[in-house]
Amino acid sequence: MLEVADLECRRGDRLLFSGLSFSLEPGTLLHVRGRNGSGKTTLLRTLCGLLAPDAGEMSWNGKDTRRLGEDFHRDTLYFGHLNGIKSDLTGIENLRVSATLDGDLVEDSVIWNALDRMGLAGFEDLPTKVLSQGQKKRVALARLLLSNAPLWILDEPFTALDVDAVDQLQTLIAQHVAHDGLVILTTHQEVPLTSGQIRRLHLGDERGHGAET
Amino acid sequence: MWRIFFCILGRDIRLAMRRRTDVLTTLFFFVIVVSLFPLGVGTEKQILRILGPGVVWVAALLASMLALERLFAADYEDGTLEQMLMTPQPLSVVVLAKITAHWVLTGLPLVAIAPLMGMQYHLPEASLITMMLSLLVGTPVLSLIGAIGAALTLGLRGGGILLALLILPLYIPVLVYGAGAVTVSALDFADTQPYFSLLGAFLLLALIFSPLAAAAALRISTE
Repeated sequence: MLEVADLECRRGDRLLFSGLSFSLEPGTLLHVRGRNGSGKTTLLRTLCGLLAPDAGEMSWNGKDTRRLGEDFHRDTLYFGHLNGIKSDLTGIENLRVSATLDGDLVEDSVIWNALDRMGLAGFEDLPTKVLSQGQKKRVALARLLLSNAPLWILDEPFTALDVDAVDQLQTLIAQHVAHDGLVILTTHQEVPLTSGQIRRLHLGDERGHGAET
Repeated sequence: MWRIFFCILGRDIRLAMRRRTDVLTTLFFFVIVVSLFPLGVGTEKQILRILGPGVVWVAALLASMLALERLFAADYEDGTLEQMLMTPQPLSVVVLAKITAHWVLTGLPLVAIAPLMGMQYHLPEASLITMMLSLLVGTPVLSLIGAIGAALTLGLRGGGILLALLILPLYIPVLVYGAGAVTVSALDFADTQPYFSLLGAFLLLALIFSPLAAAAALRISTE
């Protein structure tokens, strides 16, 4: 369970949001919305621990996330704006490194399988620099298939994907939520869920406040 | 923990092998800088012998600094650094792996080619061996200390110059004792052991503290 209380973040002198509080039970999807520049990415990066909040508490299963440190990182998978793949490495090599960094022991056959499921059969051992934007994103998203982390934090995961891949990713997210996972994401699309609850957080509505709807 | 160390080390070396120009740039820079001095100073044997150790060592410092700027910057730009910051293993292990890769790719080739460079300065055989050994112990220290600077200047505009200003003063002790060992080795009653003891002490200290410091600096500069 992720609990956030009175979170406040600033970028430079600008207040992005303050007094932000919510708690998420397993099996929940939190959909963060807001205009460009309303602090969506900042919120996600703060939740991951990549940024320090200016005020407020964040706890994971009752313990302060910043104090948990590496244990919290084990339970978290962050997928940012940048794909986090090396253009000189092949899809397989990229995922092998990502999985090791995420702390998952994964066999090569599982990685081949994951790339296959992402619709990249035949592209596994090409350097990712020869792939298209959407294909690169698919390679990066294959990480989701390898991870055991209960908390997924996804920043605009749908950009650059084609219709099929969007469907695939929506299914993946729905499955994760159905298996008592937690997903926090920013996107301009709707994510249909088969089970579990979906909650929405609107950033930047009132000045400096986040409102849950 | 060792799994992630070798995973990152292997990744960085594989990346460098696919983009060999970066590695060769460092090596050629070293060769050219060292070779320029005899051309400029003249071929007087006595002068070259005095200049040799210092020139080779200064060139090694500068060459090892060339690739430092890219140590974390490339990973920062494509987002892989974020994954490293979010790893459940200690970040300092990942940093140590990256430093080791930097040394294998920039320091080790210098050690291998140094005797050839030393010959241009008419250095005796004993000095050539000492030069190799002192570079072998000294260049890892350069990579280790340099990583702290690379982490601190990550994402800054004009970070390259700032990096040089931050790091070069810290290289001074290594330069003094590294070049000192080579100079002393040419004497009749050469005792280079104190120099190597000091260089070894620097190496141990840097090995323990700099991965921790660089990891902390990375967290600060990515905020």
